[in-house]
Amino acid sequence: MDLRITHTTTYAYDQPVSYALQRLHLRPQSNVMQTVLDWSLEVEGGVVELTCDDHHGNIMDLVNTTRGATELKVTASGTVRTQDKAGVMGKVYGAAPLWHFTQQTRLTEPSKAIRALARPLKTSDNPLRDLHGTSAAILNAVPYATGQTYTETTADEALAGGAGVCQDHAHIMIAAARAAGMPARYVSGYLLLDDRIDQDASHAWAEVHLPTLGWVGFDVSNGISPDMRYVRIAIGRDARDAAPIQGVRMGPGDESLIVTLQVQQ
Amino acid sequence: MNTKPEHFDEMRVGDDAVRSPYDSYKRWFDEQPAGRFARKSKEAEAFFRRTGITFNVYGQVAAQERLIPFDLVPRIISGREWNKLSRGIEQRVRAINAFLHDIYNRQEILKAGRVPVDLIARNEAFLPQMMGFSPPGNIYTHIVGTDIVRTGEDDFFVLEDNARTPSGVSYMLENRETMLQMFPELFSRIKVQPVSDYPKNLRRSLAATAPQSCNGKPVIAVLTPGIYNSAYYEHSFLADQMGAELVEGHDLRVVDGHIAMRTTRGYKQIDVIYRRIDDEYLDPLTFNPKSMLGVPGIMDVYRAGNITIANAPGTGVADDKAIYSYMPDIVEFYTGEKAILKNVETHRCGEADSLKYVLDNLADLVVKEVHGSGGYGMLVGPAASKKELADFADKLRARPGNYIAQPTLSLSTVPIFVKKGLAPRHVDLRPYVLVSPEGINITPGGLTRVALTEGSLVVNSSQGGGTKDTWVLED
Repeated sequence: MDLRITHTTTYAYDQPVSYALQRLHLRPQSNVMQTVLDWSLEVEGGVVELTCDDHHGNIMDLVNTTRGATELKVTASGTVRTQDKAGVMGKVYGAAPLWHFTQQTRLTEPSKAIRALARPLKTSDNPLRDLHGTSAAILNAVPYATGQTYTETTADEALAGGAGVCQDHAHIMIAAARAAGMPARYVSGYLLLDDRIDQDASHAWAEVHLPTLGWVGFDVSNGISPDMRYVRIAIGRDARDAAPIQGVRMGPGDESLIVTLQVQQ
Repeated sequence: MNTKPEHFDEMRVGDDAVRSPYDSYKRWFDEQPAGRFARKSKEAEAFFRRTGITFNVYGQVAAQERLIPFDLVPRIISGREWNKLSRGIEQRVRAINAFLHDIYNRQEILKAGRVPVDLIARNEAFLPQMMGFSPPGNIYTHIVGTDIVRTGEDDFFVLEDNARTPSGVSYMLENRETMLQMFPELFSRIKVQPVSDYPKNLRRSLAATAPQSCNGKPVIAVLTPGIYNSAYYEHSFLADQMGAELVEGHDLRVVDGHIAMRTTRGYKQIDVIYRRIDDEYLDPLTFNPKSMLGVPGIMDVYRAGNITIANAPGTGVADDKAIYSYMPDIVEFYTGEKAILKNVETHRCGEADSLKYVLDNLADLVVKEVHGSGGYGMLVGPAASKKELADFADKLRARPGNYIAQPTLSLSTVPIFVKKGLAPRHVDLRPYVLVSPEGINITPGGLTRVALTEGSLVVNSSQGGGTKDTWVLED
């Protein structure tokens, strides 16, 4: 399936910017699940200072906002050809060893409730089936709802709050898998929804490493493993590692953020 | 001092025989008229005050800045002794660089089971952001200050590797400068290997590790946390001595994919940054977002190959005291040779058998935090009260993996000048090692720290230690 994606992020500043840097994870790479046919990154109100890979093998761009600008607009767009691998990324490894992905982070630190979710996984004779079970249990406990959580919400907080978005679902899934001793990681990317072109936000899901299959994806929010409607952009131990955009800004003033995203065939 | 010579004294063997490295010095000392040394001691202090070398001590509000006491009697090492020592240091420093490159890339030593994965995975100083990246020249520890103690004629032990940010080199230089001022005639009588080339060598060594993208003469900057840092004097001193820029985080920006400093004529690209701020504060975009001291984006610039950071982020793994206990294996694994310098026997309290041994023998051991430095948070068993021992035992039981224990070494003594003349005091030695693609350069000598209190084994300047000039003879 060929997916055409246009992802625009616009920062509006209420005062001219003196110095701001944004780190982008907005470049998909070809792998067993997807082939990037064309891709471009455009920046208005700033310049790309450099492009390099990070420790998870993601491509990152560092953007410097033009001094005095009141708006920064980043557009990532292109076409990616996808294949349905039933969510199995397989035994593909980068520089980061598996033990790196067994370590919890601040956003995934497990609470009692998360450890309870992990319990069936610890003694499982069929981890693939039971991970789907965990995924369903998470969605049941944390129905999809926007506006209830924010980017810094931890897995524990989202589970306790009983509502969240894909980021929260992925964090809880990762926290539970790691609590059961399984390597797990966060994947950010895009999802083609069948009923619409304009998406609210980019997507995220979890991957868990199984000795037999290697990395397998679980999209808790949709109760499935990723298929040909999914495009992956970046991986990490949590959302902070794989965030499409994160930045620092010096000086006073406020900023507002508008994201528009189109994914279509 | 006990009359019984329990400790190896570097000047005297037996009752009165002088060891050969001290021959000429002792003869000269005995010729000095009464009172001259006391006078010189005062002069030296005035000299230090003039040059402004002071030290901020954490936790001493009343005396925020004080002079580290300086003793006028040099510590003397023969050229032959030094050669062996420096070969051992060089071997160890090579192994540490190979180790760091390995654990941040292929992790062969972990796969071979020679170092447990947990020691890296749970190591606070391990930075995942360094994985899958080779710094320019594969060099992580551009500057090392290996702490060495001596217990006998041929017994040298490495106490700590200090691969992260060794400080104190300015004292080494100022101590020699002071000695040259005080006793110029002495240096014409005794041939001492010079240390004054250090800033020039540091500059050269750093320039040689500039990133490949640098064409032309590399621009070097010393990054300091600022004037409130205890080592600010050293930062400005080194920048000045090697003709480098002295900068703070807010002076720097990302410009054209490089780190650049603001000047009156626009931005100037920096190729090598000798940073004297900790990893955690280095880049708020990557590490602690609240850091006001760092340079946002410097890790991206680094990974893009556009700057050299000295020492490399994440080198602190090698300073971990649990890793230290594996250093003989690490040396062998990467160099294929037996370690020339000895390691102090180290009990890892995280291991049940060791913990039991340590708790049973606490009064005889020195216990240290695996991530600690500067003599903070450690227990010196023989000097501790019963209550201190009991309190520390509780800490050990609560977090055993956080501690290692070592036997109390009987550190060598060297003479210091006291009212009655010369008296022995315990010392350690921190030689300064520069690593570049051109090779390893070790300044002959280093910083000798001395426990000024009779019988004391604690040499840290933060705990009341002093310093003295260290001579390596031309022999």
